[in-house]
Amino acid sequence: MHGNKDHQADQIRAISGAEDRKCMKCGKCSASCPSYDVMDVRPHQFVSYLRGGDIDAMLNAQSIWKCVSCFACVERCPQDVKPAQIIEAARLMVIRQQGENYLSPDDVPELLDPELPQQLLASAFRKYAK
Amino acid sequence: MVYSYYPGCTLKTKAKVLDKNARLCAEVLGFTLEEVEEWQCCGAVYPMGADEIATKLPAVRALHAASEKEQGIVTLCSACHHVLKRVNEDMCQNKDLQTTVNNYLAQEETPYTYHGETTVLHYLEILRDQIGFDNLAAKVKNPLTGRKIGAYYGCMLLRPSSVMQFDDPENPTILEDFIKAIGAEPVVYPYRNECCGGYISLKEKALAEEMSQKIADNALSKGAEVLITACPLCLYNMKKPDGETLPTVYFTELLAEALGLKEE
Ligand code: SF4
Ligand code: SF4
Repeated sequence: MHGNKDHQADQIRAISGAEDRKCMKCGKCSASCPSYDVMDVRPHQFVSYLRGGDIDAMLNAQSIWKCVSCFACVERCPQDVKPAQIIEAARLMVIRQQGENYLSPDDVPELLDPELPQQLLASAFRKYAK
Repeated sequence: MVYSYYPGCTLKTKAKVLDKNARLCAEVLGFTLEEVEEWQCCGAVYPMGADEIATKLPAVRALHAASEKEQGIVTLCSACHHVLKRVNEDMCQNKDLQTTVNNYLAQEETPYTYHGETTVLHYLEILRDQIGFDNLAAKVKNPLTGRKIGAYYGCMLLRPSSVMQFDDPENPTILEDFIKAIGAEPVVYPYRNECCGGYISLKEKALAEEMSQKIADNALSKGAEVLITACPLCLYNMKKPDGETLPTVYFTELLAEALGLKEE
């Protein structure tokens, strides 16, 4: 999908600013994650996959749509790895490809309800579409 | 004291009540919120990607407008606060970003540069650090005696604490101190800094409801009768579980009530 694996791994490192090589596999990030139960790839696994260069596993993960960017994993990581930023970079690499948006304006009417704040639409479009 | 004020998109629409009460109370407490002219939506989430530039510009423009007036910039919405604070930190610390952003700004009608000069403050920080909760308590006309209120912090105000520097990220007290200042009883519950689901409630409604339900159950089990928040999206998500058993309101609504400004 995007050239060779080392190049992709470095691209994710550059976009994310995360420090996968500092991970000591304590699992605190995943233990803190409110979406853990519904994730196919867990936060600590994103870190491991980046370290091992398994980029497809990250880009194909449904978890990139389940992360809520709550920064619990960032706050609690004892090594300052910043797993949420790796997940964000994976999400960005997916939605920056043509036709890979996860949300389109056509989806919106049926998702609306009278109480829904503008903030929700603004943030969802930032996270799910380019 | 006069501050630049960045209301954000939702305070002009669904969350007008958050905005209106904040402005009214500010005047009574001795500070003024001067709205930034022609502000643009901050995007509601901080663009984490290091190569994201355009998505950071609305925040930079607002921060710069405040610096021109030599004012701190104040927000109410937790998400706006989060975005402005983090973009400002980037503009202080990240030289590459500074250069690229300033290249953009050089193309604006009136070119300017910005290097993170502005102080970004949440309204609650003004209450705590500028006014002082003791002084706030002294201005309360209508203490909310006997009301059991749970502080709902959520994520955006607290994390990452290295940048937000708002309060202890695991054991915050600012909202509890606020609740005491308006004469009510704070109910401390462990899930008060857990995520309500945030933007996920657009497409993953069930997952968001599960998250907010956990928080509501936890607050109810400790005896909370109402939750307070600073964030319109938290309010929306927290209304989903069972808004009748445990309503969620903006902290400024209770502030206005305590200061005797509530309209009948
Ligand atoms: S930021 Fe995402 S990955 Fe990290 S704890 Fe929150 S939901 Fe989980
Ligand atoms: S919390 Fe940090 S060090 Fe621990 S597993 Fe997660 S990324 Fe690695």
